[in-house]
Amino acid sequence: MTNPAKNQVLSASIRVNPRLLLLFVFSAFVSAASLAKEAVPMAADEQVEQRLISISEEMRCLVCQNETLAGSHAELAEDLRREIREQIKQGKTNEDIMSYMVSRYGDFIRYRPPLKATTLLLWFGPGLALLLGIAVLLAYLRRRNARLSDVALTPEEQSKVDLLLQAGIGQNKAQP
Amino acid sequence: MNRFLIPLGIFILLVVFLAIGLNRDPREVPSPLVGKPAPIFDLPQLHSPNLKFSPVEMRGKVWLLNVWASWCVSCRQEQPLLVELAESKLLPIYGLDYKDQRADALKWLRDFGDPYTLSISDSDGRVGIDYGVYGVPETYLIDKAGVIRYKQIGPFTREILDSKILPMVKELQKL
Repeated sequence: MTNPAKNQVLSASIRVNPRLLLLFVFSAFVSAASLAKEAVPMAADEQVEQRLISISEEMRCLVCQNETLAGSHAELAEDLRREIREQIKQGKTNEDIMSYMVSRYGDFIRYRPPLKATTLLLWFGPGLALLLGIAVLLAYLRRRNARLSDVALTPEEQSKVDLLLQAGIGQNKAQP
Repeated sequence: MNRFLIPLGIFILLVVFLAIGLNRDPREVPSPLVGKPAPIFDLPQLHSPNLKFSPVEMRGKVWLLNVWASWCVSCRQEQPLLVELAESKLLPIYGLDYKDQRADALKWLRDFGDPYTLSISDSDGRVGIDYGVYGVPETYLIDKAGVIRYKQIGPFTREILDSKILPMVKELQKL
């Protein structure tokens, strides 16, 4: 439901100075157009762009370290994407491009660290920790089982148990 | 007693690992280029753009390649130290003006001091990529054979200069 009184006020205010309003709206468009950067030309080749994205998503932007090269707006990321795009056009394989980057920026640029001597602990550490945990757990359970053994009740204890159980049943019956 | 010692040991180990991890600067990414030949380039000089410079000319000398830019704020911080180092004439310092406008760069050198034997313009940042530059300032110590021996990421401090770089320079110059 609209409020007729409010509408009147609104239209009245527009009627007061339509030229000013027009100028206002117009100036807003002008400034927006002058502020906006010229659109970066999308690559003519859709396939190159697809490959660029798939490659650069595997790489870390070194300026903002928790962003991929694909998603970063850092200037270096733009330069590196330009480099990758050119190498794709030159017919380089994804591995070529990755090793080009790694030879300059080190393994840190890869989101998937390579398997080598210095990364063995990184790759197998969690698995080792899990195995160690299971081993400790098994050893503990085995020791515990060895300590536990079935012990028969003495006749006195048995009669106490019977008494308690009967008392329990009796209580239950007493309740409605 | 043993029951508590093992978890305590594991806990202490964990704390030590985390403490080391927390005290490392994540911005300092070890460069794979240390120990490798410095990439060769052929770029125009900043002051006289019709002349070129290539690191090949520096064979037989120990030198510093300092990556700077007029838009780089922390470059201002290290500039006095570099000027001082240049005045000591211990080794030549060359500047790689990274992704910069020539006029801005020249003005910046006038304002903050010019320690460089020569500055080279890398206006599109391609040589920067070859050197694995990801933040300015960065500085490379290059030996007589043209091999990068040390990379300084971020601005110099007097401490780093005295404790790390100068001893290395003296060592390398003897070779």
